[in-house]
Amino acid sequence: MTLASLAILILTAALAPALCRISRRFGNLLVAAVPLGVGCWFASASGVVLGGQPVVETWSWLPALGLDLAFRVDGLALTFALLICFIGSGVLLYASSYLAASPRLGSFMGVLMAFMAAMLGLVLTDNLLLLFVFWELTSITSFLLIGFEHERERARWASVQALLTTGLGGLALLAGVVLLGIAGGTWTLSELDAARVLSSDLYTPIAVLVLLGAFTKSAIFPFHYWLPNAMEAPSPVSALLHSATMVKAGVYLIARLHPTMAGPPLWNESLAIFGGVTMVLGAFLATRQDQLKKILAYSTVSSLGTLVLLLGLGAAKAAATYLLAHAIFKGCLFLVAGSLTKSSGEKNPERLGGLLTRSPLLGGAAVFAALSMAGMFPLIGFVGKELMLKAGLSHPEWATLATIGVAVSGTLTVMAALIVGARPFLLAPAHDVEVNWKSQPGWRQLATPLALSAAGIIAGLAPALFAEPIVAGMVASIAPTPVDPEIRLRWLELLWPPSTATFLSIAALAVGTALFVWRRPYRAVTAPVEHLDRIGPARGYDAALAGLTSLAGWQTRVVQNGSLQIYVRVMLLTVIGVVGLALSRSLDWAAITGLATQTTVLEVMLVLALVVATLSSTVQKTALATVACLSGVGFILAILFALYGAPDLAMTQFSVETLLLIIFVLVLFHLPRYRDLSKRAFRILDIGLAGVFGLTLALFVAAVLSSDAPGSVAAYHAENSVPGGYGRNVVNVILVDFRAMDTLGEIFVIGVAGIGVYTMLRLRAKPEAEGAS
Amino acid sequence: MNSVIFRSSTHVLLPFMLTLSVVVLLRGHNEPGGGFVGGLLAASAFALHAMAFGHRSARERLRVDPRVLIGVGLLIASASGLPALVMGQEYLEGLWLSMTPPGFTEPLKIGTPLAFDIGVYLLVLGAAFLMIVSLEEYRHDADAVG
Repeated sequence: MTLASLAILILTAALAPALCRISRRFGNLLVAAVPLGVGCWFASASGVVLGGQPVVETWSWLPALGLDLAFRVDGLALTFALLICFIGSGVLLYASSYLAASPRLGSFMGVLMAFMAAMLGLVLTDNLLLLFVFWELTSITSFLLIGFEHERERARWASVQALLTTGLGGLALLAGVVLLGIAGGTWTLSELDAARVLSSDLYTPIAVLVLLGAFTKSAIFPFHYWLPNAMEAPSPVSALLHSATMVKAGVYLIARLHPTMAGPPLWNESLAIFGGVTMVLGAFLATRQDQLKKILAYSTVSSLGTLVLLLGLGAAKAAATYLLAHAIFKGCLFLVAGSLTKSSGEKNPERLGGLLTRSPLLGGAAVFAALSMAGMFPLIGFVGKELMLKAGLSHPEWATLATIGVAVSGTLTVMAALIVGARPFLLAPAHDVEVNWKSQPGWRQLATPLALSAAGIIAGLAPALFAEPIVAGMVASIAPTPVDPEIRLRWLELLWPPSTATFLSIAALAVGTALFVWRRPYRAVTAPVEHLDRIGPARGYDAALAGLTSLAGWQTRVVQNGSLQIYVRVMLLTVIGVVGLALSRSLDWAAITGLATQTTVLEVMLVLALVVATLSSTVQKTALATVACLSGVGFILAILFALYGAPDLAMTQFSVETLLLIIFVLVLFHLPRYRDLSKRAFRILDIGLAGVFGLTLALFVAAVLSSDAPGSVAAYHAENSVPGGYGRNVVNVILVDFRAMDTLGEIFVIGVAGIGVYTMLRLRAKPEAEGAS
Repeated sequence: MNSVIFRSSTHVLLPFMLTLSVVVLLRGHNEPGGGFVGGLLAASAFALHAMAFGHRSARERLRVDPRVLIGVGLLIASASGLPALVMGQEYLEGLWLSMTPPGFTEPLKIGTPLAFDIGVYLLVLGAAFLMIVSLEEYRHDADAVG
């Protein structure tokens, strides 16, 4: 079932451009319906999975590497699968209207679908290596989607930044995953033995590398900079990748490995510290932005920090609830922001207003999602925030710090939520602003925000319907030890009787609203913070990139200096060194001198001709004559091959020499005449080098000929050629049957070489021709 | 080249060499030969033609774009390994059909290695031809530019 669902999504991704071309109206709908169907499929399995029975599926792929197509759907995986499929389907529907004018809508839908397949694979897989493969695939599809509007330089820059940052983390993750597999003794996630990993010497590097991977992916400080820049992507992408699913991959990974890795302070404290810093920093930066999507992006950074912090505090229930709540309200708000900008051409919420009457449905969805984000009861966001505060308050060590952090970021989040959700819809436009509401969003743009907003309300009012079982399923997967399966997310029970958390929550709402009302003075007061940008981690990224480029430039100038003489000298010296070392250890003079007695007159004559041809090639005055001499060498060699009973080799050598001669003649046309450029000393040095090289190779061949190779490969091939390969020409049977894989690789290289020559000549020929005309 | 003798003999040699290249390709499994040599021979034939009549004429004689030959050759060669995979064997393991039509003493065999060799032939022909023709074209462009 899981592999089939992935296959369906990949197939749809491949077909999406064609489907959208065939029918612009219905093709999109069909594409959007596929993940909806897959989501329903997962939902139908939820009874079994949430009842504590994970669905397991294994297909052998590369057993020698421990790489199996292993899938395991437990509570955590199921939740993510449902989020990916349902929100993904809604986002596709939304995109079909949002990007209706784009000629590349079909390929957009395809890439988005490919992302969904990668993300689904990431959360469903039970194999560490496969997890990494899917992890990288989400980075690549994210790169393609951020840079979808690749005509804009800013979008290209942002997509490269996201790719490099998450790619760096991906490399760290690969190392971490391999070490984890070694330490745990298995590549299967669900079989990792916590006791074994925790007591392993490798624990520290594993934890550091895995967290590095997770932090870059989930935009945790100091890697938070890429996510706001990724807002260059179209709004549907921001909603799906950069809030609801992909950025949560890091959180997912931490949650997935929590039972195995949690306990030591390195893990829990790192999570708490980096998560806490990100939470407060993100919430603060969100309130300072003046663009809808940037506000949402920084608040997403804050939410990701919150989730990481909660996992570090060991508050699985709060983390699970907030994860669900955040995916629902933030996905909705991103889509609303997209529609607002689309319909009004305005990105700044301060330049919008009074839109509830213009589009009541969009406004309704936005207001309720924003209230959920602010943590207003009876919405699911309230429950999440209460549990968060409770988790902070009840932590044995970090109660004060964690509670202050959560409360501060909660307050700032209230303010950000009101700016995004309330300012454009509930307040009148500023007196000097005229809102230009050009087009009304159609049903495709409205359906998904409305559904998500409604889901937030239903999850709050009737938690038993889906929120409680889903959270319970996630908690069961995250918590290191089995916990009370009974999860209650009733807002009334949290509100009454009132506790410290309740008061803090209400205070956050009140202070956040006050900050929203007085946001002008607030912004003036906090303005000096902008100066910190100069030393922020985003600058670190720029500096590292510039440093890398100049390092690569220096390295290339040293190694690839462009002098063919130096290249050849390096190659010859390397061969002399390596072969000479091997020869010096195992040279049998007696056997080699024994070979000399077996020569015939014909051989001696051919070899003499070879020597003459070779020597004469070095003294020619023109390139053409040199090439002719070298061809002579090649043809004499071919005769030698024929003499020694290798007709295939001889034939090939003849053909190759003929073609080479033709190609040489064509190339020579462009070369300048010979000139003496090298100094005399260097030439003498080169003669010596060439002599030693020739001698080394001659000794090498002699040594090979005079030694008996153990277990001759030749004999095996000769014996099996007719019975196994049905051919009497052993050379050919080896090429096309026994070692066909090698031949396939070789012809691939030949094809690439041909196309390479063609491309280089084309690229060089054109500018000259244009310059002349 | 503007020699009448050279041009006339090329007219005779081109079909002869191409036939030879196919013979070399087909007999390769039992006698010296094979797709690689066959492809090189065919490429030499077209190179000869290009020298006698120019690269444009050679391109026309080949009829297909050499880049297409590279792609098709690679496709045939890599696809020839798939049947074995379907039959539960290793990728690229040879599969053979053998039959003796009336009037034949020896059985005729046809197998996936032949398809593989044909792929090699096409690719080598395409790649070698592409190199020669693009060098030739580059020279002409350079001539045109001066």
